[in-house]
Amino acid sequence: MGALTNMLAAGTVTAGPEHCPDSSLPRLLDQFDMDEILNCMQCGFCLPACPTYRQTGKESASPRGRIALMKGAATERLQIDEEFEHNMYLCLGCRACETACPAGVPYGSLVETARDVVETRKKQKGDTSLLRDLIFHEVFPHPERLELMGSLLWMAQAAGLQALAQKTGLIKIMPRQAAEMATAVQTIASPWQRMKREPVMEPEREAAGLKIGLFTGCVMDMMFYETNQATARALTKAGCQVVFAKEQACCGALHAHAGEQSGAVELAKRNIEAFERAGVDFVVNNAGGCGAALKEYHHWFHDDPVWKERAMRFVGRVRDANELLAELPPLSFSKELNVRVTYQDSCHLAHGQGVRNQPRQLLKSIPGVEFVEMRGADTCCGSAGIYNITNFDMSMQILDDKMVDVENTKATLIVTSNPGCLLQMKKGIQRAGMTGQMEAVHIMDLIERAL
Amino acid sequence: MEKELKSQLRQIVGERWFLDTPDELYVYSYDATPLYQAMPDAVVMPSSVEEIAAVLKIANQHRIPIVSRGSGTNLCGGTVPTEGGIVLVTNRLNGLQEIDEENLTATFGPGLITSELHQAVEARGLFYPPDPGSMRISTMGGNVAECAGGMRGLKYGVTKDYIMGLQAVLPNGEVLRFGGKNAKDVAGYDITKLLVGSEGTLAVVTEITAKLLPLPKAKQTMVAYFSDLTDAARTVQRVIAERIIPATMEFLDQATMRVVEEFARIGLPLDMKAMLLIEQDGDPLQVEQDMIRIAEIAHAERAVEVRTAQHAEEGAKLMAARRAALSALSRVKPTTILEDATVPRARLAEMVDQIGVIANKYSVPICTFGHAGDGNLHPTCMTDERDTEEIHRVEMAFGEIFEAAIKLGGTITGEHGVGIAKAPYLEWKVGAGGIDLMKRVKEAFDPHGIMNPGKMFAKDQRRRVVVKTHGCAHEHVGGGHGHSRA
Repeated sequence: MGALTNMLAAGTVTAGPEHCPDSSLPRLLDQFDMDEILNCMQCGFCLPACPTYRQTGKESASPRGRIALMKGAATERLQIDEEFEHNMYLCLGCRACETACPAGVPYGSLVETARDVVETRKKQKGDTSLLRDLIFHEVFPHPERLELMGSLLWMAQAAGLQALAQKTGLIKIMPRQAAEMATAVQTIASPWQRMKREPVMEPEREAAGLKIGLFTGCVMDMMFYETNQATARALTKAGCQVVFAKEQACCGALHAHAGEQSGAVELAKRNIEAFERAGVDFVVNNAGGCGAALKEYHHWFHDDPVWKERAMRFVGRVRDANELLAELPPLSFSKELNVRVTYQDSCHLAHGQGVRNQPRQLLKSIPGVEFVEMRGADTCCGSAGIYNITNFDMSMQILDDKMVDVENTKATLIVTSNPGCLLQMKKGIQRAGMTGQMEAVHIMDLIERAL
Repeated sequence: MEKELKSQLRQIVGERWFLDTPDELYVYSYDATPLYQAMPDAVVMPSSVEEIAAVLKIANQHRIPIVSRGSGTNLCGGTVPTEGGIVLVTNRLNGLQEIDEENLTATFGPGLITSELHQAVEARGLFYPPDPGSMRISTMGGNVAECAGGMRGLKYGVTKDYIMGLQAVLPNGEVLRFGGKNAKDVAGYDITKLLVGSEGTLAVVTEITAKLLPLPKAKQTMVAYFSDLTDAARTVQRVIAERIIPATMEFLDQATMRVVEEFARIGLPLDMKAMLLIEQDGDPLQVEQDMIRIAEIAHAERAVEVRTAQHAEEGAKLMAARRAALSALSRVKPTTILEDATVPRARLAEMVDQIGVIANKYSVPICTFGHAGDGNLHPTCMTDERDTEEIHRVEMAFGEIFEAAIKLGGTITGEHGVGIAKAPYLEWKVGAGGIDLMKRVKEAFDPHGIMNPGKMFAKDQRRRVVVKTHGCAHEHVGGGHGHSRA
C-alpha cells in the first residue's frame, strides 16, 4: 500500500488522457467490472495456457497482462489508445486461460467489455472503419444478404474465379490475409442445393420425442451448408424431429468479441424470439463458437430483467450437437471407416462450454475409427473467429506449431467441431504440405459418412 | 531515462526485445503480490549472458536500478520496480543444457520453467523435488532468487538444498562462476548458497546447476479429518517424533475447508475443524508401512476419519483440495493477502491458535492453511484494497502474527522472501547487527546500489508494538508507518 501511494504521489504512472477532457469517458470506464478485474490475483497461472504469450513471451500478450491493462485503463492510468486496442485484439479469445484460472475470473467477458470500450471510444472520436461498419451492421445481421454473398461466392468458385485471381495476380490486390484464408475455402453449396432444404425433417427411427430447432448460424450455413444438413440427418437418425426456424439470425458472437455489444444484443433478441415461436425442446448448434455465445445470452441482458428471463429460458435449451447426441441412445452406423483420427478441440466448445468428452466418445463409437489423442488438443489453432484475418501472422505462427502436434499423431483425419477451426485446419494442412495425405473434417460430416 | 541510453539498450538486445511504450511498461509494474505497483523506465529481454553483462555495465555506469525477473509470480513484491529503472526479464535464457546422469545434475538457464525441469528429469527417472505452488509458470531463475519452497520441503528441503553451481553477472558486468558439480566443495565462501534467496539484490543469475535425486518408485496419499485443531497439530508432531518423515504434510483449517468446498465441491466434511493431507514416497513396501503407522497415529490422536487413496488418481483428487486453497480464497474478496509466517514444527498448534486470536482481535477474516510438516503456515486474509480502514487493520494483524511467530522461535517468512512486503519486519528477525552485516555484503557486490533497490532493506524499519523476546531485550513502543503492507 505504501508503495502504491508512493507511486501515485510520485506521478510515475501515466495520467489519464490529457488532450481530450470529455465527460463521456468516466461513464464509458464504468463498463469495466472492477470486482472481476480485482479478482485476478495476478498469480500468472494463465500464462502457460495462453497461445499468444507462448508465442511472444511478453506479458502484454498474456491474460494477466491484458487484465492489468484493463485495470490501468479503468482507473485512467492508461489511455484507451491504439496500443491498448492492439493489445486487446491480439487476444484470440480462446479462453484457455479461464480453464487455467484458479480464481474463476471470467476473462472472456472482460475482454469483450474492453473491446466494446475501445470501439465506443473510437466512435466518440469519429474514428471508425467503413469496412468494419459494413461487415457488422450491413452483412452479418441480415441472413438474406449472407445468402446472397454465399451465392456470389459459389458463382465465383464455379466460374473458377479463384484460380483466375491467383493466375492474374488479382489476388495480390485483395487484402493478403483474406486472400490467404480464401485458399482454404472448400467448394460451397450451390443456390439450388440450398433451395432443397426441407423446413421440417421427421425422425427416422423410433422417436425420441424431441423437437429440435437447428441453429444454422451465418457463416456455417453459407460455407458449410452440407454440415448443417448432416447434423440434421444425424439428429433424425437419433430419433429427433428437426426444424429450421425461419427468422433465426447470426448468433452475435463475432459482434460481441469485436466490441459491438448493441449489435450482439439485437441478434440475440431475434434468435430468442425465433426459437420461442418454433416451440422446440432444444436449440442445437454445431459450431463451438456460436454455441458458447448462445449459452451466454443471459449475460448480455444485465439491465433488462424481462429479456434476461427469456434469455435464461433460451439458454437452458441450447445444446451442442455433440452434447445432445451423447445423451441420446447410440447412433446405429452402417459403414466402417478404417481411418486414424485425431480431434482438435474448439476452444469455445472445450473452454467455453466444457464439452470435451462427448465428441471424443462419438468419434470412438464410429466403426473402424482409430482415435489418437493429440498433444495440446485443447490449445487454440489460431483461427479464433476472424482472428486469422485480423492477426494473420500471429495466427499462422500458432497454426504452424499446432500442425507439428497434428503430424505427430500420424492421423489422416483431423476432426473439429467448429467452422472456424475447420477452415484453419484446412489451411494448416496446406501450409504443412500435406494436401492429399490428410483431411480436415467437421465431426458431423464424419458421422454422416458412417451412417 | 535519456534517449541515448535507451538507444544503447536497444542496440544490445535488439529492437524487438526493448520495451518502453506505456502499456508495455505498465505490465511490468506488478508481480503476484497484491497492493504493490510501480512503473519501470524500460524493460529489456536479453537472450544471452553477454547481453545481460552489457546491460548491467550501462546501468552501473549511469546508476540505473536493475530489477531482474522471471514470470513475476513471487509473493513479496520482489520484482516490483519501486525505484523505476530497468526491468530485466531473463525468460529467454530458458535452455536445458544438460542432464548429467552420472553426476546426477541438471544445468539450465534461469528462464527454464520449473515444471518443465520436473518433466524433463522425471522422464529419465530422476527427481528435482522443490515444487512451489506456481511451478507451472515460475522460472528456475525466480526459484533461485527467492529460494522457493513447496509441499515437499519436509522431507526434501527447499531450492537452496539443490543448487550446486551458478553463473552470475555482477553489477559491473563481470561474469563469474560459483560452485559446480562437486558433491564436496569447501573452496572459500559459499557464494552459491548466498546468491540463492538473494532476491536479485546482488547479481543476475545466468546459469544454474542443480542436484537431482532418483525418482521415488511409489507414492501414497492420505487424508485425515479432525474435530479439534490441536489434535491435527499433535498428529504432525507425533508422526515426526516416531521417526517417519513424510514427503508432504499439509494442513487446512475449517475456514479454508469451507471456502474450498464452496468453490470446488469435492465433498469435504465441513463440521471438521481441520484436515491433514499426508503424502509419502519411496520404496513401495516402506511407503505402505509408513502409511499404516501414520494412520494409527492419527487415529490415536482422535482423527475422526482417515482415508488412504487407493490409486494415484484418488491421491491427486485429495491433493486438489490443498492446491485449490489459495484460488478458492481469492474468490471470496477482491484482495487476497497471503503470508508465510513459519515456526519450528513443534510450536505449530500454538501458532495456529495465535492466528485465530489475532484475527478476532482485529476482526479481519483470516483462513489458515499450509505446510504443517514444515511449521510453514499461510495465514490468508481476504480483504478489499479499496477499503483503507480494513487494510490498516489487516496490516496491524499481520504485524502481530509476525511478532507471535518470532516469539515462538519462528520467522517472518518461510518461503516467499522479504522483498518489499516484509522488509520493514526483517530487523525483528535478524536484529540490527544482522541487517548491518547484510548491507555490507550487498555493498561488496553492488557498491552503487543498483540491484533491486528498495528490497530486503526497508528505508524505515517497522517498530514493534511493546514486546520482549529473547533476541531483543529492550522495548520499542508504538506502531510505525513504514512501507509495510501487512
